[in-house]
Amino acid sequence: MSNNTSFLLSVEDLTVSFDGFKAVDALNLYVEKDELRVIIGPNGAGKTTLLDMICGKTRPTSGSIKFRNHELVGKSEHEIVRFGVGRKFQTPSIYENLTVFENLEISYPKGRSVFGCVAFQRTPEVVERIHKVAAEISLKECLDVEGAFLSHGQKQWLEIGMLLMQEPELVMLDEPVAGMSPAEREQTAALIQRICKGRCIVVIEHDMEFVARIAHKVTVLHLGKLLAEGSMEEVRNNPKVIDVYLGH
Amino acid sequence: MNTFYHRVLGGKNGTAGLIALAVLLLVILPCTLNSFWVNIVGKYLTFAFGALGLVLLWGRGGVLSLGQGLFFGLGGYCMAMFLKLEASDPVSTKIQSTPGIPDFMDWNQLTHLPAMWVPFRHLSFALLAVVTLPAIVAFIIGLAMFKRRVGGVYFAIITQALALIFSLAIDGNQGYTGGRNGITDLKTMHGWDIRTHHAQFILYYATSVILLLSIVLLQWLLCGKMGKMLNAMRDREDRVRFSGYDVAMFKVFLFCVAAILSGIGGALFVLQVGFIAPSLVGIVPSIEMVIFAAVGGRASLFGAVYGTLLVNAGKSLFSESFPQAWLFCMGGLFIGVVVLFPNGVAGGWDWWRKKAWPWLQTKFKPAPRQPEAGGMVNIVAKGENL
Repeated sequence: MSNNTSFLLSVEDLTVSFDGFKAVDALNLYVEKDELRVIIGPNGAGKTTLLDMICGKTRPTSGSIKFRNHELVGKSEHEIVRFGVGRKFQTPSIYENLTVFENLEISYPKGRSVFGCVAFQRTPEVVERIHKVAAEISLKECLDVEGAFLSHGQKQWLEIGMLLMQEPELVMLDEPVAGMSPAEREQTAALIQRICKGRCIVVIEHDMEFVARIAHKVTVLHLGKLLAEGSMEEVRNNPKVIDVYLGH
Repeated sequence: MNTFYHRVLGGKNGTAGLIALAVLLLVILPCTLNSFWVNIVGKYLTFAFGALGLVLLWGRGGVLSLGQGLFFGLGGYCMAMFLKLEASDPVSTKIQSTPGIPDFMDWNQLTHLPAMWVPFRHLSFALLAVVTLPAIVAFIIGLAMFKRRVGGVYFAIITQALALIFSLAIDGNQGYTGGRNGITDLKTMHGWDIRTHHAQFILYYATSVILLLSIVLLQWLLCGKMGKMLNAMRDREDRVRFSGYDVAMFKVFLFCVAAILSGIGGALFVLQVGFIAPSLVGIVPSIEMVIFAAVGGRASLFGAVYGTLLVNAGKSLFSESFPQAWLFCMGGLFIGVVVLFPNGVAGGWDWWRKKAWPWLQTKFKPAPRQPEAGGMVNIVAKGENL
């Protein structure tokens, strides 16, 4: 399986232990191109830790993470980003002192080296791309607004927009609709479905209604292990899942 | 042309600040001060290079270094080694047991010039070393620290320790470095006597012009994407990392630029003051540079220069009358500024320009359309209450 080329992302036998506590335990996960995968599970199931390991924030104890057949384990964060992996954090993490335009500009995948940054020019191409992404995340009107003055939902969208600027092939979203109003959830669901084309998206979410709307496939984690995997319907009716997570 | 105005001169405020500083340094100070004080101000300005580097590194990059004296010293010693060799020609050192080597080597029974000193016979090598040596040392230290994500207080303590080690190493190797007395009796640069009033005046202008050029260069750097990057990096380092930037290399870059500036300052110091010693490169001068930057306003390039001039003027005037109390004053000043005025002189100026001055204008301006006498009286009365 280790040389399987049909999956964009393949996580095999992944384990991480913090002082003996296995937050993620011998996990296998395969995600295809164009797929929208949602990971659910109770608190402490290892969902965020899994994303941390894929994006290089946490080093796994053992196992492998392959993305487009490149081994990601052992690479540093910025190298993994340059392979085409984008990560949105649980709490909106944007640059509060910069405008929406500047937030997006920093995420543009040019001028990432020190001297590239010094020589970086705001070309019409860059501006056009920023406008395109801003329109996608419904912030076209707010380009000159500083990050700090955006609403919570807008911050979440801006961070998704910052990922889109990087043109990643794998997008990982950690609780993208937490704290959003029903209308904003609606818009976010549509946004995620739109951007799914041509890449794969891994979402962590607790809101089951939202999960049911967007998920192509659902993975349920429990105590660092895979509990169930399948379509939303299958998972919903799985007695083990009902037992530990969904409740009766 | 428009991009030049915004990018290089920093727009309206940057240009105004630059002109004001240039007029002060190039016209007002040399015209009003006697040559003794011009030389002293010139000496202060060499510290401003270190403070300028700290504005970039600490104020904008969020990385506090307490060891900038190390780079000031590297630049200074590179310059002093060349000048000392020129001053130690075989004719003027013929009374030594080994003529042609610096006097302190002779006292320490050295019979030939150490290999480390040989290339410093050439001015071009010395000038190159003034810039590259601090950069190389900063690059190695920076790479070792920032790649391992050492930052904050730990980085500050390590840089401070390095500055101490450097000054102790110089102190302990008298035969090679001149030891505690430093390198003294510097006379000429390529035959040009640096001790005359005329030379001092020219060196003062050279220092001022190089300082102004450095500010322009940093403004150019900070007005582009780099400025926004640093802002983003200070705000959310993790986010920057997950946007594909190698944060460590950016910090290494800042550290190197700050080191080069300090090194240039050190070299100009030696030219103007005529000597260098370990006491000028250790912990105390390193911390003083941080104080200059803090008093000026640590994020303001112009503030660094004003802060340096103000603190040093205070030091010169105050330490003459109360030499014992000065160190306490300096400490008190630093704590006071950090706690009460975190943005220093530059913050005070901003407050005056944006808040106090408009407020005073609205208070004192006679209201344009208010025919009733009562209205006028009212305004005047309000003004008196100020």
